Amino acid sequence: MAAIEQQGAASGRPGSGGGLSMRTKRLLWVWSFLAVPILFYTIIRFYPTFQAFYLSLTSWDLVRPPKLVWFANYIKLFKDPQFWKVFKNTFTYLIIGTPISLVLAFTIAFFLDRVRFMHNFIRALYFLPFLTTAAAMAWVWRWFYQPPPIGVINDVFGMLGIPQQPFIRSTDQALFSIMVTAIWAGLGFQIIIFMAGLRAIPGTFYEAARIDGLGEWAILRKITLPLLKPTTVFLVVFSSIGFLRIFDQVYNMTTNDPGGPLGSTKPLVLMIYQTAFNSYAMGYAAAQTVVLFTILLIVSLLQLWILREKK
Amino acid sequence: MRKATLFAGLVAGFSTFAFNAAQAVEIEYWQYVFDTRVKAMDQLIAEFQKANPGITVKQVTFPYADYQTRVIAANMAGNAPDVMQLFYGWLDKFVAGGLLAPLPKDAFPHDKIEKDFFPIVSAMKRDGEYYGLPTAVRSLALFYNKKLFTEAGLDPNNPPKTLDEFVAAGQKIAKLDGSGNIVVAGSTVDMGGQDHQWWREVLIRQFGGEPYKDGDTKVNYNNEAGLKALNFYTSLQLEKKIGKAGFMDEGQAAFRGGKAGMTIDGTFRLGSFKSIKDFEWGVTELPANAQGVRSNYASYFANGISAKTKGEELEASKKFLAYITSPAAMEIWLKTVGELPALRSAALTDANLKDPIYAPFLKGLEYAHTTLFKDEQGQRQNAIDMVNRVLLEGQSTKDSLAQAAEAEQEMIDAAKP
Repeated sequence: MAAIEQQGAASGRPGSGGGLSMRTKRLLWVWSFLAVPILFYTIIRFYPTFQAFYLSLTSWDLVRPPKLVWFANYIKLFKDPQFWKVFKNTFTYLIIGTPISLVLAFTIAFFLDRVRFMHNFIRALYFLPFLTTAAAMAWVWRWFYQPPPIGVINDVFGMLGIPQQPFIRSTDQALFSIMVTAIWAGLGFQIIIFMAGLRAIPGTFYEAARIDGLGEWAILRKITLPLLKPTTVFLVVFSSIGFLRIFDQVYNMTTNDPGGPLGSTKPLVLMIYQTAFNSYAMGYAAAQTVVLFTILLIVSLLQLWILREKK
Repeated sequence: MRKATLFAGLVAGFSTFAFNAAQAVEIEYWQYVFDTRVKAMDQLIAEFQKANPGITVKQVTFPYADYQTRVIAANMAGNAPDVMQLFYGWLDKFVAGGLLAPLPKDAFPHDKIEKDFFPIVSAMKRDGEYYGLPTAVRSLALFYNKKLFTEAGLDPNNPPKTLDEFVAAGQKIAKLDGSGNIVVAGSTVDMGGQDHQWWREVLIRQFGGEPYKDGDTKVNYNNEAGLKALNFYTSLQLEKKIGKAGFMDEGQAAFRGGKAGMTIDGTFRLGSFKSIKDFEWGVTELPANAQGVRSNYASYFANGISAKTKGEELEASKKFLAYITSPAAMEIWLKTVGELPALRSAALTDANLKDPIYAPFLKGLEYAHTTLFKDEQGQRQNAIDMVNRVLLEGQSTKDSLAQAAEAEQEMIDAAKP
């Protein structure tokens, strides 16, 4: 620090006051601003994260002091059939939900971009679900999905002569019924981001391509999609993390049997919540959290690597 | 000059404050947020303070979902409440964590507790010590819709008394549409509601079994009685088509909406059902079996004294606990919250026994059982899953029952301290 100060003093303007050079002052200034978020992150984020790693090695039940059990929680977790079911559910949300929502969002954004008629109004309509509280939305959908006589969707099915569907009361359909609402809720945001990305592509590229006689499909494949890559990478990561952390929809659509019939819709986050705050097995819940953290980390890094800029 | 006066005033103020502090004791009472409970407690505190000048009680409340965590965290931080409310099912955890002190025998003699309270209070006893006493208790009963009874040609003043009559009435009320969907349910089938308690503590016993053994630490329903009880329950939907799980989302919603003839629910539902305007409803005891055997499930929130409360605060806490478990307090609680008094003398009054709504619940208390849950949510979920495997996946009741018994035993063993 002293060295920097002297260096700063040498290059600083003479007589800039207070004995500190301009550069030192600037450094202090910068660091005093940076200190706030750094401190905040250390206390609010990093410390609890490391604490969770430690807790995952203990058998803490909230009332008695934590006792170190090393990897017992992890062994129990990997032997727990419930965990593997939840693991499978979580990845079903991710692997099916993310591509569908991105393809849908891109298609809508691509065509909405060309619509001039009531453009802002339509865009607002798509964005509206994103502004709504997930809990409120989940309850509305929960009613939509009800069996007769109160479920709207089944009423329509009845009128069209389609057999009634159990939706969230079925072990096969429940997960997809919830996924649809999650995709719908996130669609508005993804459309807006895709449209911003589309607008950022210079129009001259398209003009040049058309002059060269490229068809619409080729333009999409050779120009739009490659240039949209940064946007796509961002949305893939963002949406994947969203699906891996899905909770609100599941919890609110099946409050009386949390996680759907026979755990058919239960994601990892809900299992963590139940282990921690219903069974009060904090150590076991911490182990699950560490597993979720690892999955999130791997998935995010993998996606960044796959979709990286090729130089 | 003015400064001097101000200063003198301040000194005087402080000295009276100090004087009062030496005289007065303040204790803290914690419970979870539920509008009528908070109001009732405010009223009890006001009455108590009037009778005991020098003691102030501060009521602190938290949302139900946070409540346990808050109590435990506060205890670790040394800020535990002096008197706290707890669900009877949390007792093992609270005792293991050293949160509660045994009730002092001078103020709460055991023979008096056992003589005056309903027998379910024994769920607050561990190793010969009581750790808390309830103000009010809850039990189950059969709610029925008089309008639907009349429409189905049943006598609305003569609700079913036995399981057979219950099934028969349900079949008369239930209505299906052309494609076989239920339009009106005879009775609700909702394991996520109170039906899991009904199956566990009532049906199993009525079919000749006992759900648990050894202080509810050994699962004892994987036998003929358990199987008969499960067969009876699942047949309500599968064979007799009285109701369907998930109909109108929840059983209580179906009943409230006038689309279910009967539902089994607890005293805590009275508040919500009292606002029903479209039809008249009645309450009756849970149906007996053919031999006249009845059972019921009762539960309660008790009040205990913190292990960390000592000296003056302990004396004040004892007085406060004695007051909130007195007949006078229970009457206020019944009027404000609608929960039944925990003392026989306060509950079984002529007025209450003549009350068409309270009477069936009170009768239930005499023969009620209280499950000593080790992991309440987990054990409830296990029962829900057991029925769902039969209703949704077509598993045989025998296999599903065996699987449930094994899983629940594991859960109970895992919760052992």
